[in-house]
This record gives sequence, C-alpha cells and structure tokens, in this order.
Amino acid sequence: MRRLLNLQPRRPLRLALFLAPVAAMLVTYLAFSDARLAENPQDRLLPAFSTMGDTLLRMATEPDRRSGDLLFWLDTGVSLQRLALGVGLGALTALVLGVASGLIPLAGASLSPLLAIIAMVPPLAILPILLIAFGVGELAKVMLIAIGVAPFIARELEGRVRELPREQLIKAQTLGAGTWLTLWYVVLPQILPRLFDAIRLSLGAAWLFLIAAEAIASTEGLGYRIFLMRRYLAMDLILPYVAWMTGLAWFLDYALRALNRRLFPWYGAEAGR
Amino acid sequence: MSELALKNVGMRYGDSVVLERLNLTLAPGTFCAVVGASGAGKSTFLKLLLSELTPTEGSITLGGRPLPQEPGPERGVVYQRYSVFPHLTALENVCFGLERTQGNAIFGRTWGARRRALRAEARDLLEAVGLTAAAERYPGALSGGMQQRLALAQTLALKPELLLLDEPFGALDPGNKQAAHALLQQLWAERGMTVVMVTHDLSEAFTLGTRVLVLDKVREDPHNPERFGASITYDLPVDRSAPPGAASIPHAS
Repeated sequence: MRRLLNLQPRRPLRLALFLAPVAAMLVTYLAFSDARLAENPQDRLLPAFSTMGDTLLRMATEPDRRSGDLLFWLDTGVSLQRLALGVGLGALTALVLGVASGLIPLAGASLSPLLAIIAMVPPLAILPILLIAFGVGELAKVMLIAIGVAPFIARELEGRVRELPREQLIKAQTLGAGTWLTLWYVVLPQILPRLFDAIRLSLGAAWLFLIAAEAIASTEGLGYRIFLMRRYLAMDLILPYVAWMTGLAWFLDYALRALNRRLFPWYGAEAGR
Repeated sequence: MSELALKNVGMRYGDSVVLERLNLTLAPGTFCAVVGASGAGKSTFLKLLLSELTPTEGSITLGGRPLPQEPGPERGVVYQRYSVFPHLTALENVCFGLERTQGNAIFGRTWGARRRALRAEARDLLEAVGLTAAAERYPGALSGGMQQRLALAQTLALKPELLLLDEPFGALDPGNKQAAHALLQQLWAERGMTVVMVTHDLSEAFTLGTRVLVLDKVREDPHNPERFGASITYDLPVDRSAPPGAASIPHAS
C-alpha cells in the first residue's frame, strides 16, 4: 500500500471525487425540501427546483408589472456595471499609486506608509461617509467598491514592483532608459499581468462591497433584490440569484485568467528561474 | 577607446570596510578578469564600476573623465541572472537599447525606416551570437546558455566602451560554458572594448583574461574582521601570444 500523500487519483476517480460531495449536497437539499413540501405545499424555506426555475424564468422573461422592466436582466446589468466601474476605478488608481510607490523611492517614502494605514480602514465603516459625501446615487456605490479594493491592489503592486530584480533596472539604464522609459518599457509591461492577478484576488471583496452597498441604498441590482425578497422569505428567488452571482464571479475569474494567458504569453515562464 | 583608471578607491559601509586602496589602470582593450574568494568584494567592485555604488574614497575615471554618477550606455553589463527582459522576445531585447537611445525622451522608440534599420542591426547581432532561429522567442523559452548569449548581443548593441560581466557563465554547464567563452573571445577580438569580468572560476579567468586581478585582504584583524577591506593582491598579465593551455598560466600563490 502506498502512502496516502503519494496516492494520485486517476481521471475517472478524480471526477467521481469531485461530483460526490456536489451530488450529496443536492440529494440532501432535495430530501429536506420534499419532506417540508409534503407537510406544507406552501412552504417557502426550501422550495423545489421546479419552483426556483419558474420564478427565475418569470424574472427573466416577463416584464415587471409596475416598471415594465425585465428585472433579472436589469439587476444583472446594473450590478455588473457598478462592479466594473468600481473595480476599474480602484485598479487604475492602485496601478498609479502602487507603481509610483514601488519604483520611485521618493514617492514610496510618502505613499508606502500611507497605503499601509489606509488599507487598515474597514471599507464598510466608511460607507456612511460615502453616502453623505456622494449621495445615495451610483457614485457612492462605485466609490465604495473602488476604495475597498484600491489599497489592497496598490500594496500588492508595490510589492511586485519591488520584487523586480534590481539587475533589470540597472540594465535598463545601461541601455539608455531613464526613469520614464524604464517605467514605460520595463516596469509597466511586467506589472500588468500582476495587476490582472491582483484584480482577480480582489473580486471577492468587490462583490461583498457591491452587495452591501446595494442592500443599504439602492433601487435595483442583484444585491438589492435578494435583500428585498428576504422580507417575503422568497427563497425561490434568493437561491437562484445566489447561484447566478456565484456563476458570474466564477466567469469573471476565468475570463481574467484567460486574458492574462492570452495577452502575456511570457508570464509565468520568466527567465532566470 | 578609453582608459579606465582607479585611484585609491575604497568602499565602506559604516564601520565595515569592503574595499580599500584600489589602484588600477586598464589600457583600452584590456580583458581584465577579477577573481577572489566569496565576500572579497568582487561584486562591490563591479557595482562601483557601474555607478550602482559610489566609492567612499578615491576616484574612478573613464577616458580621463570622472565616471558618470549613474549607469549609462557608455557601460554595458551582463549578469549571471536577470540580464534579459522576460517580457520581450529575443529580437525586442536586442532592440531595447537601440530604440531607447535613438528615440526621443518621451516615446523612446522609433518608427518607419529608422525602425527597420534598427531591427536589421539587431538581427545581425542575433546572428553573431547564433540566435537567429530564436528571434521571436521569449527568454523563458531559451536555455541558460542562449539567454547569456542574448544578453551579450543586447549589451553589445550599444557598443559600450566598457563591458562589465558579473559571473556571466557561472550557471552554465561545461559544454555551454566553453561555447560561450569562444563567442565572447571572438566578440571581444572583433570589437576591442575594455572588459572587466568578475568570476570565481580561476581557469575561466586565465582562459579569457589578458590581465587577472586577485582581490583579497592584505591585512587581517582577527578580533574585528570588518576593519580592513580587500585590495588587489595579485595583478597578473597573461601572455596571449603563447598557445592557449596551462603553460601560459602563472602560479598565483
């Protein structure tokens, strides 16, 4: 018998090991759901999959009676827009601050400790300030996401820039590049794939801030909808929405990874390793 | 071509003296190999010549003028690792110096006919180091020997007066090392630049160098090892007219 830590599952076993817990969860849910529904057909807590499907279909295809919107698509579009704007704004700010702080010692002397402090501010704690400063409109929600992810990404990039071998910076200078050209041709191209990685890692936090902001001050959006439906115990809508958000998050992660591989074929296979 | 001269150069960090009283004049076109034990200040010596560090005592001149205070295109360097840019293909790596020095300060690149001429020049250099077939490949896909040859081509593109080599072949296997030696010797013979190569490989130093310097401490204080720094303890000319082989290698100690 081989040691446990040396045992590698083959393909079919690997697939089975992946599917088993998923199937177990589904079966458990179905069993409890069926039991509750047998007792009370009106039960809302553990709806049948067919009910969830019907509700989602209705949200996606039938115009809302009051506003005439297809709510599912409206919520999705609005939420993704906020997420994109917030993360985009945060990442761009972070790129400027992080690269400046990591490459230029004079900038780092003031930015580095400042970023370390700002990163410690709990973003949700300043949501009230943002609501006061920017009103309850889109700007406050976008700013919450941007402020939430920017310090993390900036510090990450600062570290990545400092990790670039000193030799490369010297080398660039012996090849005729000054500060600006070194930044533009040596540092930035090597930092962009790391920026994408940092964005990927910050997406979880970005979703958190998005849903929090929508739950508190919004009139549409995925987070707004599930918190609204909580009042009616509408699990038949909340559960599919949660699954949809999970799917979106997974897809964004996948897309960023694919983009990184496509745009930066050299990344991950650098010389000198 | 210009002469490199060190006058009474010393380097200390606080109380710890790394190098002291270095006096040296290198005639243009010298291939100077610097050897010494680990910690003898070989790397510091090279950093001084690169202006990555400024000597705390003495002065360094290149062609009669004080050495520029920052690294620049008059001096080229090849390191053991991280010498080429991983995000650029082999051809782009060689173009790097040409683009940056021929372009303006804002864009640092060229367009049109000048760009084509520059790329042709880079291709010639790649051919000279035997990397024509690898022009479009990234360094990560090249072997260690190929990367070092690429680094040589990249550095020589700007025709530096002084070529600095920091253990350039230290990570290569014997076969690749020999090939790289032959290539370097050929490039040096063709171009005649002054070379300073730091190495811990004695046979490499005597194979390539026309002059071999040994860095070591002259004085020792057993109670305070950092009180005295290393200096040049041997300065050995190597006779290039004799056939290559052990006969031309003088015994150092």
